[in-house]
Amino acid sequence: MSYKTFTYSMKEGVKNIWRNRMYSLASIGTITASLFLFGILFFIVANFQSVIKSAESSVGITVFFEEGIRQARIDEIGKELAQREEVKSIEFVSGEETWQKYKEEYLSEELVESFGDDNPLADSDSYTVYLHDVESQTSLVEFAQNLEGVRKVNYSESIAKAFSNINSIIAMVSVAIIVILVSVSIFLINSSVTMGVAARKEEISIMKLLGATDKFISGPFVIEGLLVGIIGSVIPLSILYLVYDNLLTYITSKYTSVFNIFSFVDISDIFAFLGPIILIIGIGIGFLGSFITVRRQIRQVEVS
Amino acid sequence: MSRFYHLDKVSETKEKPIIRFEGVGKTYQKGIAALNDINLTINKGEFVFIVGTSGSGKSTLIKLLLKEIEPTEGRIYVEGKDLSRLRSRQVAKYRRNLGVVFQNFRLLPDRNVYENVAFAQRVINTPTSIIRRRVPAMLSSMGLTEKYGSYPNELSGGEQQRVALARALVNNPLILLADEPTGNLDPSNSIEIMSLLNEINKRGTTVIVVTHNKEIVDMMQKRVITLHKGKLVSDEQKGGYSNEL
Repeated sequence: MSYKTFTYSMKEGVKNIWRNRMYSLASIGTITASLFLFGILFFIVANFQSVIKSAESSVGITVFFEEGIRQARIDEIGKELAQREEVKSIEFVSGEETWQKYKEEYLSEELVESFGDDNPLADSDSYTVYLHDVESQTSLVEFAQNLEGVRKVNYSESIAKAFSNINSIIAMVSVAIIVILVSVSIFLINSSVTMGVAARKEEISIMKLLGATDKFISGPFVIEGLLVGIIGSVIPLSILYLVYDNLLTYITSKYTSVFNIFSFVDISDIFAFLGPIILIIGIGIGFLGSFITVRRQIRQVEVS
Repeated sequence: MSRFYHLDKVSETKEKPIIRFEGVGKTYQKGIAALNDINLTINKGEFVFIVGTSGSGKSTLIKLLLKEIEPTEGRIYVEGKDLSRLRSRQVAKYRRNLGVVFQNFRLLPDRNVYENVAFAQRVINTPTSIIRRRVPAMLSSMGLTEKYGSYPNELSGGEQQRVALARALVNNPLILLADEPTGNLDPSNSIEIMSLLNEINKRGTTVIVVTHNKEIVDMMQKRVITLHKGKLVSDEQKGGYSNEL
């Protein structure tokens, strides 16, 4: 597209939006609403996932050693485990510590006394391994079980499964909602462009008669779609920013105690990802919606 | 260079066919034959009337020339090029060879005279410097110099048709196709438009006028091709309106 055609399309595209303002408003409104909903959904999912992530990483695997193992081998096992990619952190728990803890939490004083200085968990030194992602549990368990000197690995399969189920449900729901919103937006842009072409049928017919190419004729409509997409994504982005910012301040100030346990995802982290995504979706919807429709519509306009 | 060389050139170009219909037929989906076995040659620089009542196939002929529809039989050549071989991308460029005016003028009501004519150049990406030179020249040759800023609804029918002519000619088409150009005009305006068309023809443009205006055809004494019920029934040099119709 030459510079001249571009400026022409730009000028006419802006005029189209104005001439066609009811439909343009409807299109901008739908894209705005869709992307706003998408943003809210994203807030929920992002924060929910951050909660899950922190929960996931608190789920530990316990690795016990064979009887009579040397301390050097225990250290080696610790190193080998710590080197694994899926491992977030690793903690050595001695049998002594475990026994102390157990006594304090579960046993009555009488019972404790009956044990005297005996430590039934003397051979229960262990590593507690925390993972980045609970879904990688199986591979790590397998690895640990095959290490020399490892007697037993304790883990909970059901917790891992539950987390991965929640994750896939979230992913599915998000995809479904996005698909619906994008389709509705594209449908509305289609209608908007169809109306726009219909309203300017005579002008387009004359353009065709005068030998204007379809590309030239469609230029302003595509620009119109692009602009609608840009406006329709900048508006929800700004609103979403304000909403998230205020919500964060409000909730953290009002319910400090409740939300101590987990922290909201930082606004800059959210928007570093959400900003580009919303812009791409909005502009993409605007461009594709108008591009697909306009050529077909223009072809249908009669010349004489 | 002798004067004769120039004359030779002119006679040579006049003999060259610019439009050729070879056994052209068009049957619409409902099975009605709008045109049937049309064989026709129009040479460069000719002035031709195509006459016929409604339903004679005139409109179909125009649509075929504009490549808005395809013939169901035969071939159409314009400037030696087979229209059926034009790819859809090339159609727009092909149409730049044709200047077209209509009975209802088809001016854009929201643009003034200057913009209506300049529009024809803008839509084919003509540089602005050329538009600024060409449009005023065209308007002045159509006697519209004083109407630059007027809007179509402020003009008489004759003036509107002259704007339409200016728009059709501003890109220097090879062929001017006028579809009932006097259909909405009173006799004096009709005569004025016809003399403008004659003028344009003398400057070298091939002019095809589709009409059923008997007076005009009789007055001009040009080649007359008569269509009736989709068939070419007569083709006379310096003819009048066929009495059969």
